[in-house]
Amino acid sequence: MNNPKIVMQAKNISKRYGQVTALDGADFELLDGEILAVIGDNGAGKSSLIKVLSGATIPDSGEIMLDGKTVHFHSPIDARRQGIETVYQDLAVAPAMTIAENLFLGREILRPGFLSKFFRLIDKKKMLQEANRHMQDLKIGIRSMQQSVETLSGGQRQGVAVARSAAFARHVIILDEPTAALGVKEGNMVLELIRNIRDKGLPVIIISHNMPHVFEIADRIHIQRLGRRAGVVDPKKVSMSDTVAVMTGAKQPADLGDGLLIA
Amino acid sequence: MTQPASIQPKKSFLERLPSLSILGPVVALVFMTAFFGFSTTTFFTSRNLSQILQQVMIVGVIGIGQTLVILTAGIDLSCGVVMAFGSIVMTKFAVEYGVPPILAIFAGIAATTLFGFINGILITRVKLPPFIVTLGMLNIATALTLIYSKSQTISGVPDALLFFGNTLKFGETQITYGVILMLALFTLTWFILSETAPGRHLYAVGNQPEAARLTGIPTDRVILVVYTVAGLIYGIAAWLLVSRYTVGNPNAGQTENLESITAVVLGGTSLFGGRGMIFGTLLGAIIIGVLASGFIQMGIPSTYQLLITGALVILAVATDQFTKRKS
Ligand SMILES: Nc1ncnc2c1ncn2[C@@H]1O[C@H](COP(=O)(O)OP(=O)(O)OP(=O)(O)O)[C@@H](O)[C@H]1O
Ligand SMILES: [Mg+2]
Repeated sequence: MNNPKIVMQAKNISKRYGQVTALDGADFELLDGEILAVIGDNGAGKSSLIKVLSGATIPDSGEIMLDGKTVHFHSPIDARRQGIETVYQDLAVAPAMTIAENLFLGREILRPGFLSKFFRLIDKKKMLQEANRHMQDLKIGIRSMQQSVETLSGGQRQGVAVARSAAFARHVIILDEPTAALGVKEGNMVLELIRNIRDKGLPVIIISHNMPHVFEIADRIHIQRLGRRAGVVDPKKVSMSDTVAVMTGAKQPADLGDGLLIA
Repeated sequence: MTQPASIQPKKSFLERLPSLSILGPVVALVFMTAFFGFSTTTFFTSRNLSQILQQVMIVGVIGIGQTLVILTAGIDLSCGVVMAFGSIVMTKFAVEYGVPPILAIFAGIAATTLFGFINGILITRVKLPPFIVTLGMLNIATALTLIYSKSQTISGVPDALLFFGNTLKFGETQITYGVILMLALFTLTWFILSETAPGRHLYAVGNQPEAARLTGIPTDRVILVVYTVAGLIYGIAAWLLVSRYTVGNPNAGQTENLESITAVVLGGTSLFGGRGMIFGTLLGAIIIGVLASGFIQMGIPSTYQLLITGALVILAVATDQFTKRKS
């Protein structure tokens, strides 16, 4: 893995909301097979950046490239068609519906045959089997795919949301604060799940304010500051306190030595 | 996370039990039927039972539309009078304008469907709350019905409009085509809700609209279709109404507005949306019918029936609230 290929790239992205500049010429790069953490102070533009990458907002200027080809997303559905799945912080699941239904919500497996397709008859058995397979794949220990999501713990629910993305993502998974509302044990469970996904070859972008989590899981850390990328650091070579210092502006990225991967 | 998922989906005993929301109405119905059966000699006659089904037919069919609406976390206060308007259109077209009966029926159903569509547009495009929209529509449809019919009952209705009043005889028991149509509509709705993708989307939209939207479900379109289809169902109910009473009655439908909501709630469907079973509404409508009939058989004033129904509704909503809080 000397020169892993760049899966997703954004160049010089700007986005203004009235007087507020949320993104001010931000760059971004995601490498194949990595977990990239995006960190930054409140208002640094993390969510804005991620929304541009997932098609939820359209930037004022700048370019997004997927596998080296320029793409234009007009909605999250566009991004999803390109194999980019996003787990939004809340509201990701329908609690009264079963796990299997949630996994396939909006993308139900239909029964074979022309008439079934026309009337959009769902194949419950197949969806159940597939749900079991996916959850097993990701080593999520949930007994029954037919229980409703509201019977699950917070971590398991997040697990369902992440598993859904993993099941459909062909390119990139974006997670916005996946461990924010979780306890220690449940947080670790979700981290483990994210590692499983990475190990299956899908690159993951994760936004988090939780530095221990970031340092535990990330292969590289993208530091967002004042609407731009302040730098990308290697968590194995840079300390948590130095990273936070760059994030808050107490230190310059150049002070980090060879732990700084991209300035 | 630690142990791998088991392949066989197993359900615990508790999970297998039908939920309280459907068990409640079944138990209530069984008790009521038993009570009235023992207290009167007339309740368990086939004549009375088919009478009850007749009674249930209108509320039941309207209740199907109401259930769809409530599953999306909406409400329709205008259903009964929209049906009444449809029945006036049908009878007036057929009797006064001499339009072929089939076309008159079609016009009536088109009118109620249009009402539903307008409700849907106001809710999804103008973003008005369903309660307000349908409250306004309740008044508008009431007024239009009276204006259009000049408050006159329309009689001399041709046979085609009375089709669903015809009966099938099984020995002593008589069942009207209308009751059969009602059961068919319930079954069809059940099938769509549980076996098709749009059916499942309806539940998702009612349960967690934002999650549904983010998975790519066109939530506004689902809601618009639901109100429109509800309007269409009220049009079918209008045909049943004319079949049952053999006239176009401008004062019909007043009690059905709220009775349909009562039936839905008694049947265990959540007013918060996203939870409920269509056959629960049939149970709910039958409960209302059984109460009404039983009280008449026992010679108890209908005021007491209102009292009991009211208490049952509160009980049902309390159960709903409780299950929601638990999760
Ligand atoms: N829809 C919007 N309308 C107006 N201003 C916005 C909007 N979205 C973001 N902003 C502004 O853009 C800036 C960057 O916001 P963004 O949400 O990207 O920050 P963030 O890094 O995700 O912060 P946090 O850690 O608090 O989530 C902020 O000043 C914010 O107020
Ligand atoms: Mg944010």
